[in-house]
Amino acid sequence: MRNTTAPPDPEAPLQSPPAPAPAPEHRPRRLATPAGTAVAATFLALFLLLSAVLAIGLGSAVIPPLETLRHLWAALTGGVISADEVTRHQVVWEIRAPRVLLAAVVGAGLGAVGVAVQAMVRNPLADPYILGVSSGASVGAVLVGVVGGLAALGVYAVSVGAFLGALAATLLVYAIAHDRRGVTPLRLVLTGVALSFGFQAIMSVIVYLAPGNEATGTVLYWTMGGFGGATWGTLPPAAATILIGVLLLRRMSRPLDVMALGDEAAAGLGVDAPRLRRRLFLLTAVMTGAMVAVSGAIGFVGLVVPHIVRILVGADHRRVLAVAPLAGAVLMVWVDLVARVVAAPRELPLGVITALVGVPVFITLMRRRGYLFGGR
Amino acid sequence: MELRLDGLSVDLDGRRIVRRLTLDVPDGRVVGLVGPNGSGKSTALRCVYRALSPDEGQVLVDGDDLAAMSMRDSARRIAALTQEGGVDLDFTVEELVALGRTPHLPGGRRLDARERELCRWAMARMGVSHLAGRGVLELSGGERQRVLVARALVQEPRVLVLDEPTNHLDVHHRLELLALVRESGVTALVVLHDLNLAAAACDVIGVLSEGALVAVGTPEEVLTEELLHTVFGVEATVVAHPRTGRTQLLYHLPTARKEA
Repeated sequence: MRNTTAPPDPEAPLQSPPAPAPAPEHRPRRLATPAGTAVAATFLALFLLLSAVLAIGLGSAVIPPLETLRHLWAALTGGVISADEVTRHQVVWEIRAPRVLLAAVVGAGLGAVGVAVQAMVRNPLADPYILGVSSGASVGAVLVGVVGGLAALGVYAVSVGAFLGALAATLLVYAIAHDRRGVTPLRLVLTGVALSFGFQAIMSVIVYLAPGNEATGTVLYWTMGGFGGATWGTLPPAAATILIGVLLLRRMSRPLDVMALGDEAAAGLGVDAPRLRRRLFLLTAVMTGAMVAVSGAIGFVGLVVPHIVRILVGADHRRVLAVAPLAGAVLMVWVDLVARVVAAPRELPLGVITALVGVPVFITLMRRRGYLFGGR
Repeated sequence: MELRLDGLSVDLDGRRIVRRLTLDVPDGRVVGLVGPNGSGKSTALRCVYRALSPDEGQVLVDGDDLAAMSMRDSARRIAALTQEGGVDLDFTVEELVALGRTPHLPGGRRLDARERELCRWAMARMGVSHLAGRGVLELSGGERQRVLVARALVQEPRVLVLDEPTNHLDVHHRLELLALVRESGVTALVVLHDLNLAAAACDVIGVLSEGALVAVGTPEEVLTEELLHTVFGVEATVVAHPRTGRTQLLYHLPTARKEA
């Protein structure tokens, strides 16, 4: 059988006209190589560790990094601390450590899910919440909080309500956007956006009709997001979901690359884009639901981190998905720190800080690198 | 490797776009599919690269029904150059060409040394080596088309399906591309709008009209003045190329009489 591509033969005369002299590369992307990405990922991982220790130490009571490490070490190894240090130990281990770790986990998840969702719906404006997951979660949480129910679940009731709300919203969006030929990206986005408005209206009705201010507070918390509720109990389910989710997404790197070429070209390369989109939809919905259930909807990170990372390491999903979770985690740890320190003892909503930090970083990088996403 | 479209019918939104199309592409031959706009050429091709499943009939490669194969398995044999040339993300040219290896790479395996050499060869073959580090979104339409052809070459297909491959290409690269397809000895099914190009490059031409095959044969047999009039609605004189002897068409511009 004949084959198009005979083994490369350097002697073969090339019929093409002589190639013009190599143009100087006008966008140096030093990090856009496997080695560069490894450097970036290592740097971010170390910086994340450092940031976490600093963030655990800082707050209304400032605890120096070495002392923070000593407390963490004592808690992990079952070491002994003196009686007068008990309060500080509790602050470090019971309050701040789970909070900072949860911020890192959610930041990592938002970064990774943002990348996946933007690829799935082929839209640079997409973020993890675009498919109505977060507003569905808010409705679920508020319903549980105001109407009651799920009481058997105790302190987890509201989180479980949020997660169930997220899943219900997801299924609804999928059912509406779906037809015989699968889900088309644009229809998915439009359905998600439209249903988000619907869920927000439902939420407003609940807040309006519910007695007292309790509902208002719950709604605000779920729509602005925050890590105030972090405990060692909420951390493991979220962390496990995000870790497994990120690993699964990384395994789909190449199909994600191929999907960016369009569904037709993807078919020609053996990638069934509608099927991949269904799997991504399910995976990102579960990951987003798990994050919303523990921290509410924290805006902007899932939108901007993917773009910042692509500007730095290029479009290849293998590289983007190695760096985006770390970048999201670092950003979120610092954002949470700023949110609870700047106006202490009050906490600023996280969405405010993510936007204040993220917007300038994004605009600077975008202008400097001539970043393109599907157009000019 | 031979390709056979066997009684293919496709319905889209309740309308029959392709009607019982049967067409053979013998091993190593270049078969052109021509026809007016909306005659179902691209739809038929989409069944071959599996962006669509036919409602009736089947596509066979060496006698195997594509529908019974995984998409990856068929992509190892059949490469497609589709009309949809857009790319969402700013891959470098090198990265985009390397994606042609996708059907051959299980899981997350990276390209090995031979495959990287293959990518360099394909880029050199299409004259885009100097663009290797450039972002694909910065390229001109013609440059991008050549990069996409390089990607198809890297796929090492035994059947090549090309939908309007000469779009955006200047005359030099048009001829160059069709010469490459002929020389490579690959089995090729090509949709072309330019009938003279089809006559020069194809061993066999099939003419589609309203989804049905109305003529098939060598360019001399198929491209008659009568067929051009009835199927395409154009007046032309058929001549033999003075140097190659191949069939070529000289079109007559329609006069304003139809307006009256």
